[in-house]
Amino acid sequence: MVSSQMVIYEEEHEQLTLICERLVRDALAKAIFIVDKDGQLVTATGETAGIDTTGLASLVAGSTAATGSLAQMIGEEEFPVHFHEGNSKHLHVSVIGDTLILVVIFDERSSFGLVQLRVKRAYKNMRQIIENVATKAAEGNPDLDLFGEITDDDIDSLFNDAF
Amino acid sequence: MSFINYAQREIILKIVYYGPGLCGKTTNIKFIYSGTNPDARGKLVSLETKQERTLFFDFLPLSLPAIRGFKTRLHLYSVPGQLFYSASRKLIMKGADGVVFVADSQKARKEANIISMEDLKENLDAYGYDIDKIPFVIQYNKRDLPTKMSVEELRADLNPDGKYPDFEASAIAPNGPGVFETLKAVVKQILVELKKTK
Repeated sequence: MVSSQMVIYEEEHEQLTLICERLVRDALAKAIFIVDKDGQLVTATGETAGIDTTGLASLVAGSTAATGSLAQMIGEEEFPVHFHEGNSKHLHVSVIGDTLILVVIFDERSSFGLVQLRVKRAYKNMRQIIENVATKAAEGNPDLDLFGEITDDDIDSLFNDAF
Repeated sequence: MSFINYAQREIILKIVYYGPGLCGKTTNIKFIYSGTNPDARGKLVSLETKQERTLFFDFLPLSLPAIRGFKTRLHLYSVPGQLFYSASRKLIMKGADGVVFVADSQKARKEANIISMEDLKENLDAYGYDIDKIPFVIQYNKRDLPTKMSVEELRADLNPDGKYPDFEASAIAPNGPGVFETLKAVVKQILVELKKTK
């Protein structure tokens, strides 16, 4: 289980954030999140104040996994896009590649059609970045051997303050 | 699958609490929430039915001090225990870095413990993981109840070779003995394992 890791380096993080910032403007969205399929937040842009971004990431990943299982029950491989319509705010969720999920929150200033159109345009660029992330992770980076540097004392001292 | 974000300088570890229905997985998570420094914990997400059964999952993010300049974050999940929620249970297992099996010490739950352990092995197998090769800890919960089995009997059922670290606990008790010990043990195993694999 610990044999594989999802790693995001600064370069790709910055590229994904830039795409999201542009998408917020183009889609007239309130906020945009990128989440990995296991529930971790990768980046958040727009009006994110007041939103529990960690909880949102976990619930979006759970909901996407459940939606994927529903798809398989009716013979589809996946539902790559799912949409939640509220009274004033709506959630557009789309799967990017094998590992990430794009979440767009929008209100009456925008529309499902506009969001869908802009997301599709951004999708291609994001997919390329995700491929780069996967390649880098597979190659590893000996200069950034984080876990190799962790000592037993580091591990023991982790619990001194939190609990 | 641990998640390392170099841009945010953080490591995120996903820990899943597994076990039969009403064994106290959610109670463990709630005790950890109440016993953690408010600065070190995020919001507790609990998707429970009116009968206190976890429908999809519970989720609690925790922050530990930085190691080597990287913030260590724990994401604790508990899966639904009831057998009929097996689809959602399997989904939550995906990407877990470590697993805590919470056993119910009551005699009446002996069979439920064994079935749940078998179910866990099957779910891990479905993702290509081997229970003997992942960070895994067993907790014998509800040690405060008079109807409890002996630890020897629980071990014979769930940990016959003594391969896995195990702890006695009472997650519902005010001081929750064994709860944090279990969590610390699994986190330590995960970090030691990550160190070995690098």
